[in-house]
Amino acid sequence: MTTNERRQEYRTLFKQNVKNRLLVDKAVRIIVFACVIIAIIPLGSILVEVFKNGISAISYEFLTATPGSIGSGKGGIGPAIQGTLIIIGLSSLIGVPIGVMSGIYLSEYGDNKLARFIRFFNDVFMEFPSIVLGIFAFLVIVLILGHFSVWAGAFALSLIMFPIVARTTEESLKMVPITYREAGIALGLKKWVITFRIVISAAKSGMITGILLSVSRIGGETAPLIMTILGSSQFFSSMDVPMDALPLRIWRLSLLPYDSAQLQGWGSALVLIIIILGINLGVRYYFANKTGNGIMGRLIKQGVSNKK
Amino acid sequence: MTMTVSSPKTNTSIDSDIPFHSSDAVKKFKMVAENVTIHYGSTIGVKNITMKFPEKSVTALIGPSGCGKTTFLRCLNRMHDMTKNAKVEGKVMLDDIDLYDKSIDPIYHRRKVGMVFQKPNPFPTMSIYDNVVAGLKLNGVRDKKILDEIVEDSLKMAYLWDEVKDDLKKSAIELSGGQQQRLCIARALAIQPEVLLMDEPASALDPIATQKIEETITELKKEYTIIIVTHNMQQAVRVSDYTGFMYLGELIEFRETKKLFTDPKNELTAKYVQGQFG
Repeated sequence: MTTNERRQEYRTLFKQNVKNRLLVDKAVRIIVFACVIIAIIPLGSILVEVFKNGISAISYEFLTATPGSIGSGKGGIGPAIQGTLIIIGLSSLIGVPIGVMSGIYLSEYGDNKLARFIRFFNDVFMEFPSIVLGIFAFLVIVLILGHFSVWAGAFALSLIMFPIVARTTEESLKMVPITYREAGIALGLKKWVITFRIVISAAKSGMITGILLSVSRIGGETAPLIMTILGSSQFFSSMDVPMDALPLRIWRLSLLPYDSAQLQGWGSALVLIIIILGINLGVRYYFANKTGNGIMGRLIKQGVSNKK
Repeated sequence: MTMTVSSPKTNTSIDSDIPFHSSDAVKKFKMVAENVTIHYGSTIGVKNITMKFPEKSVTALIGPSGCGKTTFLRCLNRMHDMTKNAKVEGKVMLDDIDLYDKSIDPIYHRRKVGMVFQKPNPFPTMSIYDNVVAGLKLNGVRDKKILDEIVEDSLKMAYLWDEVKDDLKKSAIELSGGQQQRLCIARALAIQPEVLLMDEPASALDPIATQKIEETITELKKEYTIIIVTHNMQQAVRVSDYTGFMYLGELIEFRETKKLFTDPKNELTAKYVQGQFG
């Protein structure tokens, strides 16, 4: 047993340190905050710049018309907006189900060698330069079919999408405590019922975040589209011909030496940002309401309980 | 303070003077575990346990931490199936069916054996109502009238009905810890099991919630065979009819609760129930 005097000594040791420790505490807080600011400044200034330069290009004609002749400053980006929505939708239709299912496999059935191999491969795949995937789609679809096509673009973008979705799905499912699965087992439920009805509903918000992340990522991809859908100045007519998309349009406009084209480029960038932001907010809003945690959901719930 | 304990004898598992060995006193054995041994990889969690659980009674499993109580309890529901490396040897008979028989589908039999876990684990995305009927709804029962009936019945049996009957659509995680645990009991009862396994159901609860759970157990015993793991010896005395004392993966003594606590045959049991180690 330590003597009382010795304990008194311990206590004075603690007290001497207090001032220092408070200082360190403060310093850490300041450094962390400063880093956030440093990270936000470029992001914020990009947004401000795009908004400032692009807003004056926005008009009804700009949003709906086909591009005018080069350098005329006339026409719009209608086909590009349409093409971006089509390509995002189509890629999601292919990439999200495959990604989600792969994520479920990795998380719920993935305690074996094959899964460890897939997981590793998936992580490598996620870091692939997108132009490589574009070239791949070019080789296996465009060259074989003999023409640029929307399918090839959707294929390339879904290749970018599904490793991201698979990984984030796996991580969100793994976050669900094992106790919920145990409760399901004890109720005599089959594994797929537990996975789809209990585990996924608990992991939904994480999975949605992952899917939105991948949508934002492909929404801004340019390189793979050059190799697949090529770009066009016409509205969508068929899956088997070139199509326009906003990143392609921005890239082409930014290469032109005319001020009017540069302005249209800024405008297109602003539209792309708004579309991505809109998809993000829209999906989150929808699911928050569906699960009853959003504003609308709460109002609906109140309405129901008032009726009672 | 450390204590050295000599290796416990295994042949004392079931005392010859326990009432259910004379055929008239015991109604029926609902569940029988025969020579159950459970390995985790190379470590042995439970060694050669044979234990008979009389119908419509409460059997408590007590013993110091790490003695294998929970491990043993989980094998009665084949919960080890999902643990990698876990291997169960021996027989677990539910009525006349061996749960570990190769031709048996564990999913079907788990519905006869309900389980309540140490920590309340209601499904977080479901309402109180949906939690209670989860086992039925997700197994394909759709009849609203039957579901309503079962919800009321199960919640009443779990002594939760009066507290939640006006809020059945409320999210389950808005309930207090004690209420959540009683909800989990209701959820386990809703699948109409014949046996109820409880793994320290009150260890995370305050005394009042604990008392309610204990009342529930006492009430449930009229219809169910209950096997409860507990750290709390007073709780074992209060709720159980029979008690098994486990130590280092072995069943040391298994008798009527009163006798085990007042007149333990084994030296180790005596020391444990007197609180000399644990």
